[in-house]
Amino acid sequence: MIDHEARRHDGTSAQIDRRGFLRLGMAGGLVSVVAACGWDGGNAIRPLLLDVSRINDWVGEKIFFSPRRLARQYDVTERTSQLPSYFISREVPSLKDPSAWRLQVAGLVRNPLSLSLDDLRGMPRTTYTVKHHCVEGWSAIATWHGVPVSAVVERCQPLPAARYIRFDSFDSGYSNGWDMASAMHPQTILADGMNDNSLPIAHGAPLRLYSPTKLGYKMTKYLVSMTFTAERPLGYWEEQGYPWFGGV
Amino acid sequence: MTAPSNAARPVPPVSPAPPRPVVKRHHWIVRATHWATFVLLLGMIASGLQIYEAYARFGDRGGPFYVSPFDAVAFPRWSRLGGWLAGGLNWHFALMWPLIAAGFAYFCYLAYSGEWRSLLFRPRDFRGAIEMQKYYLRLRKDHPPQGKHNPLQKLAYTLIILLGVLSVLTGFAVYKPTQLSWLTALFGGFQAARYWHFWAVWIFVVFLIAHVVLVFVVDPASLRAMITGWYRGRFPSHD
Repeated sequence: MIDHEARRHDGTSAQIDRRGFLRLGMAGGLVSVVAACGWDGGNAIRPLLLDVSRINDWVGEKIFFSPRRLARQYDVTERTSQLPSYFISREVPSLKDPSAWRLQVAGLVRNPLSLSLDDLRGMPRTTYTVKHHCVEGWSAIATWHGVPVSAVVERCQPLPAARYIRFDSFDSGYSNGWDMASAMHPQTILADGMNDNSLPIAHGAPLRLYSPTKLGYKMTKYLVSMTFTAERPLGYWEEQGYPWFGGV
Repeated sequence: MTAPSNAARPVPPVSPAPPRPVVKRHHWIVRATHWATFVLLLGMIASGLQIYEAYARFGDRGGPFYVSPFDAVAFPRWSRLGGWLAGGLNWHFALMWPLIAAGFAYFCYLAYSGEWRSLLFRPRDFRGAIEMQKYYLRLRKDHPPQGKHNPLQKLAYTLIILLGVLSVLTGFAVYKPTQLSWLTALFGGFQAARYWHFWAVWIFVVFLIAHVVLVFVVDPASLRAMITGWYRGRFPSHD
């Protein structure tokens, strides 16, 4: 019996080895060709990757994210010496007339608002020193001062149909879409201050979104409006393929 | 029935060596997860090198930075998958699930079949590992007897399994440093977790090269065994 098996396998062993070797080579070859092109998947695979990215958004939102879990806070002495800031405009976006600036709160809300910086300063405030996580892989620690988004939500009273918020900026139309749970997280704030000073222009003055539960690109700088929507708003980087949820 | 079985089977007169027995070596689950892991791991490494390019160092902005020979290194284009950061991330976050699933299926098989006994390095393999090392250093002439794997192989496979677990855990520590802050803290923080996640790559690469070289140099029949499941080579016994 064993001999019979041996012969059977003996007769084909060289062939199987060659075939196996070819198969191995093909698999390796395919992967290296894929890698060689710096491939984003091409038109065939890219949509598939984006579908998986949507599943990961769901996993990030429903499994990992907790509306109550707070990000670790640091001591002000632990602030890092640097925190780079990005914008998409050719030059640092700045307002011609800062006194005319208002934050427009609109969309599916009972009370649309138009808030000046003074209005915002009169609202409940939060300060925390937290770690900033950039999608690129760097991190930095800074202190942020501002008004919880939940306080604005309380005032504008979204309609039951409102499930998302779109944050728009005056940085060449940069925007982000947020799910309501992330926006209502106690550490999600509209920041008008950083490291004990007013918000620097480079970091989104006069007002930016901040949250230690999100990657940096989700935190819209140079805010002009918050719009409550029923449909999921995209965003500048999200449209180009970055994960929509962007939670850390 | 009482006659010795070899009496019924005459030995061929001029055969140079007795034919090696063919043994069933790898269950299809092992073969499928082995090759899936191979392809997925290459994809994870290539997309990981693409992601690394966006911030090619380890440490908070402004430093201090972890010591790394790959500081500010951009890996060659052929070694990267994704084309740009978002592409690399999407590949990485798409391949991670099937890779974890393959690892999990493999663990379940090891546990269920009892195969872990012939694979995992245990304290009792210690002496055998020394004998094996002596053989490789030519301090011992004859190859020590072994089962499916020799003790040094068991050590290598056990360490690579642990490395796989470590990669998944450091990966999640980097993926969700706020939601899984306990895990990130366990590895020394976000940048430290990135650092260990990155080092795992090079251990995988060294293992992969050594693994392939040893297959072809020591036991080429094991390649066929990993493809067809059948083994007809130097080490047919199974423990």
